Amino acid sequence: MTLDGPALATLRRRAFDLRIDNLDAIASAQSGHPGGTLSAMDLLQTLYFLEMRHRPAEPHWAERDRFVLSKGHAVPALYTVLAHAGYFSRDLLPTLRHLGSPLQGHPADFLLPGIEASTGSLGQGFSIGIGMALASKLDGDKFRTYVMIGDGESQEGQIWEAAMSAPKFGLDNLCVILDHNKIQLDGSVVDIMNIEPFADKMRAFNWNVLTIDGHDYPQIAGAFAEARATKGKPTFIVAQTIKGKGVSFMEGKVAWHGVAPNKEQLAAAVAELRAAQALVKEAA
Amino acid sequence: MARDGTPAAVASRDAFGEALARLGETHPEVVVLDADLAESTRSRMFAKKFPERFFDMGIAEANMLGVAAGLSLAGKIPFCCSFACFITGRFDQVKMSICYSATNVRIVGSHCGVAIGEDGYSQMGLEDIALMRSLPTMSIIQPADDLETIGAVEYLVAHKGPAFLRTTRQKLDRVNQDGYLFQFGKGVTLVDGKDLTIVATGGTVGPSLKAAALLAKDGLSVRVINIHTIKPIDVELLAKAARETKRILTVEDHQITGGLGGAVCEALAEREPVRIRRHGIPDVFGESGTPEALYEHFKLDAPGIAAVARDFVG
Repeated sequence: MTLDGPALATLRRRAFDLRIDNLDAIASAQSGHPGGTLSAMDLLQTLYFLEMRHRPAEPHWAERDRFVLSKGHAVPALYTVLAHAGYFSRDLLPTLRHLGSPLQGHPADFLLPGIEASTGSLGQGFSIGIGMALASKLDGDKFRTYVMIGDGESQEGQIWEAAMSAPKFGLDNLCVILDHNKIQLDGSVVDIMNIEPFADKMRAFNWNVLTIDGHDYPQIAGAFAEARATKGKPTFIVAQTIKGKGVSFMEGKVAWHGVAPNKEQLAAAVAELRAAQALVKEAA
Repeated sequence: MARDGTPAAVASRDAFGEALARLGETHPEVVVLDADLAESTRSRMFAKKFPERFFDMGIAEANMLGVAAGLSLAGKIPFCCSFACFITGRFDQVKMSICYSATNVRIVGSHCGVAIGEDGYSQMGLEDIALMRSLPTMSIIQPADDLETIGAVEYLVAHKGPAFLRTTRQKLDRVNQDGYLFQFGKGVTLVDGKDLTIVATGGTVGPSLKAAALLAKDGLSVRVINIHTIKPIDVELLAKAARETKRILTVEDHQITGGLGGAVCEALAEREPVRIRRHGIPDVFGESGTPEALYEHFKLDAPGIAAVARDFVG
């Protein structure tokens, strides 16, 4: 899919609405992970509004592309994108993490249409995505599978078991995206347990590796297109992102990994995002 | 067939491998994964026949379990095989990737119990039932002979939700009759009796039957119940045995903590409190030895079970 002027402008404008709804839901829960949702948001929007073949009104359509959020703690971003895509009402978003809500603190596939796998124990969603891609190959390769992992998550051994296995099966219908925001709960990834050079490691594991700016829509769309065009091996996209992207007082701050904004902080974040959105509208 | 007309003993891993390879013909949705133990678990039989539906995942059980979950979420029926200790040892993957989403993954754990012998403790599945019992949606089946294994595998193709099938390396004497019908969740009364009920599972069912015969010579009338489905357990049959024989001796090649003994105690404590003796691996680690020496050491052979029963009845 090409990303022309109007489509690009729509994505850029919606990115602010998504970030606001996402933060609003986290604030409503008074718990959650703002930093990692904001770093993932542009990638998620591109998947659901541009790249993936899916039918929000028919969530169990057999040939739909699959998305697995292996870094399950970023699920408010996914809930927000799914709601905007039409899977369920945006009114559900503020029920995040409340007792009885299908919007669990981490994804539960059996509770909500659009969620494809239950994740949250890090390292496991990558493998689940490989299983889906294998199933697709057995059934005539009718759908593609996308997985998002985190950089902190990649300290889990299972990530490397999974990284070893997908190329063995030639899963060119699989695209794994690293939300490389460089910060985890206890500090910076480099300090806690360095995983660099990540791209080199994945190349050594025989993946088609692309490195992009994970907030640049044309780059994101281009990488997905290249992944689709690549045959014989799976694609791994190292998406360089900024933790807390879009809210200046959250950007690059460890403190915003797992703390919800209070009322004043939410208001400040929303004001900043609305102001930035207005500038994008004027430019368009 | 042996010369005396009794059927030859068959390891339940062999019966499993043959049954699965046969079911592959009629069930294209069945896929099989193994972690470099296909020869040992007998998943190799399926792999040879259906190479396109067999995935050797290497020595990486956590990833294998997740991949199996993904295959199930996309409509397949994955049989995921390794030694019982290794596969259930990846507990978080079983819990999160397989059970929480109620996938149709069948975890096949072979080489259960001290009966694997010489390889010693690190290869013995001795805590696997306890682990799997704690998981919502998980069912647990441990067949006692080849007929029961075949029935269980046939049943599992259609079962809804995750399941753990526990198979043995050692050969098992036939305990069921020709034409045996496997019924999920139903215990099987193999011998009736009124003084004591032995509740056994898997590889200890055969020795328990022989123990009952030894005890009969002492004038003890012993009922023997085979519990092939450990979860959900047949509470009705156990409660009836508790009422009628007043004493229950559980026998298993697994830790007495959390295994069949634990399951029977939990079921009957709430339903029909009765004197119970749990017999199995008594909260210790396994060790190397011949299977025969280990069964004698842990009193899991017929004379050992009979001795424990005599002590219990007093």
